[in-house]
Amino acid sequence: MRPVNTYIGRPIERVEDFRFLRGRGQYIGDLKRDGQWHAAMVRSPVAFGRIVKVDAAPALKMPGVRAVITADDIARPLPTIPFRRKNPTIAPYAQPIIAADHVRYVGEPVAVVLAASAELAEDAAQEVALEIEAMTPCVDWQASMAGTPLLFAGTKTNIASTFTAQCGDAAAAFAAASYTRRERFSVQRHTALPMETRGLLAEWHASDNRLTVCGAAKLPFFNRRAMAGMMGLPETSVDYIELDVGGGFGARGEFYPEDFLVAFAARKFGHPVKWIEDRREHFTAIGHARQVDADIEIACERDGTVTAMRGTMYADIGAYVRPNGMTPVRNVVQFTTVPYRIPNLDFTGHGVLTNKTPAGTYRGPGRFEGCLFCERMFDIAARELGIDNLDMRRRNLLTAQDMPYTLVGIAPDDGFGEDECDSGDYRVTLERCLEEFGWDDKKVLAGTLRDGRYHGIGVGCFVEGGGSGPRESARMEVTPDGNVDVYVGSSAIGQGIETIMAQIAADALEIPMDQIRVLHGSTNYLKEGFGSYGSRATVMGGSAVVLAAENLLKALRETAARKFAVTPEDISVSGGVAHVRDGRSITLAQAGATDSLTSEGTYSSNKRTYTYGAAAAHVSVDPKTGSVEVVDYVVVDDVGRAINPLTLHGQVVGAAVQGFGSVFSENLVYDASGQLLVGSLADYQIPLATDYPHIRAVTLEQFPAPHNPLGAKGAGEGGIIPVGAAVTNAIASALSAFNVQPTDLPLTPPRLWALIEKARAAQAS
Amino acid sequence: MKLRFEINGKGIEADVAPRTTLCDCLREHLNLTGTHAGCEHGVCGACTVIVDGRAVRSCLLLAVQAAGASIVTVEGLADGDELSPLQKAFRKHHALQCGFCTPGMLTTLHALLSDEPTADEERIRDVLSGNLCRCTGYIPIVKAALEAREHYAKKQGSKAG
Repeated sequence: MRPVNTYIGRPIERVEDFRFLRGRGQYIGDLKRDGQWHAAMVRSPVAFGRIVKVDAAPALKMPGVRAVITADDIARPLPTIPFRRKNPTIAPYAQPIIAADHVRYVGEPVAVVLAASAELAEDAAQEVALEIEAMTPCVDWQASMAGTPLLFAGTKTNIASTFTAQCGDAAAAFAAASYTRRERFSVQRHTALPMETRGLLAEWHASDNRLTVCGAAKLPFFNRRAMAGMMGLPETSVDYIELDVGGGFGARGEFYPEDFLVAFAARKFGHPVKWIEDRREHFTAIGHARQVDADIEIACERDGTVTAMRGTMYADIGAYVRPNGMTPVRNVVQFTTVPYRIPNLDFTGHGVLTNKTPAGTYRGPGRFEGCLFCERMFDIAARELGIDNLDMRRRNLLTAQDMPYTLVGIAPDDGFGEDECDSGDYRVTLERCLEEFGWDDKKVLAGTLRDGRYHGIGVGCFVEGGGSGPRESARMEVTPDGNVDVYVGSSAIGQGIETIMAQIAADALEIPMDQIRVLHGSTNYLKEGFGSYGSRATVMGGSAVVLAAENLLKALRETAARKFAVTPEDISVSGGVAHVRDGRSITLAQAGATDSLTSEGTYSSNKRTYTYGAAAAHVSVDPKTGSVEVVDYVVVDDVGRAINPLTLHGQVVGAAVQGFGSVFSENLVYDASGQLLVGSLADYQIPLATDYPHIRAVTLEQFPAPHNPLGAKGAGEGGIIPVGAAVTNAIASALSAFNVQPTDLPLTPPRLWALIEKARAAQAS
Repeated sequence: MKLRFEINGKGIEADVAPRTTLCDCLREHLNLTGTHAGCEHGVCGACTVIVDGRAVRSCLLLAVQAAGASIVTVEGLADGDELSPLQKAFRKHHALQCGFCTPGMLTTLHALLSDEPTADEERIRDVLSGNLCRCTGYIPIVKAALEAREHYAKKQGSKAG
């Protein structure tokens, strides 16, 4: 870590903002090419069925329609959506890039209409006649577990994969425990919902057999590799270009069927092809997330020392295993108990297929869910044991003495590798959170009725994994005008990496930030890159920038040595200037003007970072309606080192508000026939400006990350992870007089009202 | 059909099909891509523009309905390269992340604060509740709006004086 920094750690206003604020952002929808065709997807209207016939003739007769693509136009075997992690059982459940024989969810692409304008393409898509023999779908996971019908003929089960995480001897610990408690929980299906829908613009350059795909996000290099394989092209003949991206949150930027279909159309017809998802199709087409039911059991001593936890999770992953469809499943199995030192664990998680939109990741995948299960169990146990729920946490939280703390291993091996919590003292963030929140003052409110509303307070402790490996790359180039262009493999998805990376580069080179320009994401900038997911951009990309900067200064030293005919050891570099002892000097800009001054840096690490923290919520519940007001909410995390407190704080607060949507209102509801009942932003209710005004976030930097040169831990997902836990615990606290123990999300007013009425009736009888 | 508007102070003509929305007209025909289409059903507010002083959803208005009107889009808020006080406050408070909802937030607030420079937090939140943001949690947007009020008050004061 550098001793002195000018930019790192300061709340620098973002460089990106100038274009965004003036309407000069460049999003995929803004892009136009001469002669471009527009694509519209024809999607399955039924949840499960056999395709009998796709008749494009009526559509082809319409004005402006250029072509219609169906599975018959694509060579067999049909390419399938790639997996991000290895797994021994998921291969049969990969999604073909277009439905050929069967459709398995409402919204699955069956055909692509190409026309002169988006309007004409959309008009014509409705005229493609689909004859589909409907079959009985598996809409809920319970039915699917039974295996009738099977979603994929030739397989033996609708369970795509089962993960286990075991350590110690949970069975023995449960047998010996003085207190055990079992409870069921569920989290509803919802989605990341970026404000910009997805979109792509693909161009085929016939002269040199090259494909360009604009509209990349999250992991352009992985998608390029997948696309090159499907197209039978060398990787270097495919470029994924990243523009401004209107939000990612885990869902955007994965390889989707449309990635292939739009590129295929561009190559087949030799025209640029543009596709912009509309909001209605977004709901059936983008990855869903979070739907999981859990059966959790805790064993502890009477003082609250937890001796074991075990349980089974059932994740409804939809109709196919998408690139990271297994990530939430494996995460909920491995991470549910992580802030705590629990010696005996035995968890099993099933990824269960259903005839619904395939699921993937959403900010804090598996962790939001697991945190809810674990933290609710702690509060339920503390209440029944008659002990303080905070003392119970203090007794079990990981401390500095426990670090590094080896995580429970997981089977099957999915390449995640062995891992450990890297540094920290998890009690510190809890205590700070309680202090910021004013827990001791608010304690008197718990369970009281004031002005017709019951008040309650609750906490949730969490960890957030970040900085996932294996590598990230950066390249630097001194430009003729004396500035430095920094190319990074990390992707921008709205998190402000142009600013963050410029801060890091400027400090490492000791030059002003306005001399740095950051270019990111696109595959034509670097030989290799990985992208932005799992809170890795700052840690991995930022560390690569540090290494590239060291190499650039080394190159400067060598250039100066040559120029002044001395050895590199005679040169000292500071402030971006190389000095010889005799007083001669040369700046980066001067050296770059005459010599090509470039450098590369690759940071490799398989050691993840673990940000951790705690959240506290104060809620009031109207027992007559079941509506909840969040009166106060505080989240404290320790990120090791904050590169930019302004952007970090923004991410934490924004993530927290997303979490309130998960707790109270966002819900992708299907009917019994597998029709998605959500079709617009009027049905799918994300938080509004009037909903959650009282949120505070505090960031600590007490325990730097031990494994990277910045000391930074991945952050940005943590804000959402403890929301379900803290808020439902606060609701249980508010309604403690009735012993209402919420276990199922979302806690809509009707659902909470019903819980209150049921508890009242039970008390009366 | 041929339409005439005044957009960001300049007279502009467009030749569009009758079913073209104002949003598509701005984006596709006039290359004013700062106005964003987030839902095309009037819920998200990303496409908000100011038509004759009022903030409207350009995805729910046909271009022909705005013929002859004076329109302000996000591109018309800054003074050349100089950010407006509201835009500066957005930057200072980190009231934008991905930037996609930002044009609609700015136009909505510009219309509100031009009319009501003393709008209080509750009023600001109430008006903003028609614009969706998925990144910020709205808190910094509200802070930025509160801070920008004094500039609008001054402007109104100087107009009245």
